[in-house]
Amino acid sequence: MKTINAANISQAVAKLCMEANYFLGRDMIEALQQAYEQEISLTGKEIIQQIIDNAGIAKSEEVPMCQDTGFAVVFVELGQDVHIEGGSLEDAINEGVRRGYTDGFLRKSIVGHPLDRVNTGDNTPAVIHLKLVSGDKLKITVAPKGGGSENMSAIKMLKPAEGVEGVKKFVIDTVMAAGPNPCPPIIVGVGIGGTFEKAALLAKESLLRPVGKPNARPEIAELEKELLVSINNLGIGPQGLGGRITALAVHVDVYPAHIASLPVAVNINCHASRHKEVIL
Amino acid sequence: MTKIKLTTPVSDDVLEKLRIGQKVLLNGVLYTGRDAAHKKLVELLDNGQELPIDLKGQIIYYVGPSPAKPGQIIGSAGPTTSGRMDLYAPKLIALGLKGMVGKGKRSPEVIKAIKQYKAVYFAAVGGAAALISKSIKKCEVVAYPELGPEAIHRLEVVDFPVIVVNDTLGGDLYEEGSKIYAIR
Repeated sequence: MKTINAANISQAVAKLCMEANYFLGRDMIEALQQAYEQEISLTGKEIIQQIIDNAGIAKSEEVPMCQDTGFAVVFVELGQDVHIEGGSLEDAINEGVRRGYTDGFLRKSIVGHPLDRVNTGDNTPAVIHLKLVSGDKLKITVAPKGGGSENMSAIKMLKPAEGVEGVKKFVIDTVMAAGPNPCPPIIVGVGIGGTFEKAALLAKESLLRPVGKPNARPEIAELEKELLVSINNLGIGPQGLGGRITALAVHVDVYPAHIASLPVAVNINCHASRHKEVIL
Repeated sequence: MTKIKLTTPVSDDVLEKLRIGQKVLLNGVLYTGRDAAHKKLVELLDNGQELPIDLKGQIIYYVGPSPAKPGQIIGSAGPTTSGRMDLYAPKLIALGLKGMVGKGKRSPEVIKAIKQYKAVYFAAVGGAAALISKSIKKCEVVAYPELGPEAIHRLEVVDFPVIVVNDTLGGDLYEEGSKIYAIR
């Protein structure tokens, strides 16, 4: 049994909120550099260069790469041999978000009620996904998610008979309908199977993978490749102004499904694909 | 490609020469405005009241900046999705608003108003917020401070980089651009 103090959790979350917003991952920078080489539209090339330059400025000046510093989506893997003392896990995470967004000069984008729409003023509450795992470690990943790309995401309950062709069509249609809105080049997260909410969670979790790292299952990795080609053939391009690079990667995750169901969720991430993790 | 310099307030004859795909550097004043501010502006108009800012010949930048760090003029300030302002934009265009800066598609109603009243919709690079804020030299809140990041700010900008997406002829770069590069 390991004991972790709630205050340490808050401190870690605060730091992750800031780091995720200031520092774009090395995998993303490399993917963008590769995209710059591959893009044939001159405007598209110029845009990708601006995105790379932007990441450099954000890093060196420790300012947010995007003004939309997002909903703080927090993935927690809690070892069953961990004991948290000094407060609840949920409160500790929200305290971390509060401090991170305030001390880090990050934008507070959360309204307390979806219909009244009054800002909570400190970007809380976070959206927390908790997984109980074996062991005595606590892994926390903070993945700030902006509204622009989240709004272009979609979920559909397909008929099992629609199969992989139905899945492909839904993914392509969703990306096409999103067009320029989610700030391409995008990362496309796809969840197939499970239930209504499981598919959405799979899609979002797949975005945490290093960009372009294929699914371990060969048939799914093949589907990812095929979807990426189809998406980039749409011509949407960087910022939707025309070009060959609409998506940097497609990540697909699957889960067993009910005999009656074929849920598919598409969670789109902008080029500011941000997430930072820590193990306590 | 050469970049065209444009200074606000802008006149019809200057805007009429702009074509989709052209790169423009904006100079002078930009007003910021997002969903909540637009709602308030249009409510005033619907009640026959005067607006807190004179929009004639002006350009609105759809942005909700992040807070400025000590010593900064403004925080990161990239464009937000313009489609959310579509419901309100035609009324402001009819009133003399000449330009909008944002990202993402506009509705047919907005594109129609752009053509009818000779306005232009520009795209800034979504997410390039740290880079864009470098071209903002002055920032003050002029209306609705209670809206926080959604308040209307008056920005003074130098060579603020944008691309013409919808021009006075009814052209749409989002439609035309993807057609060029699509592979069927």
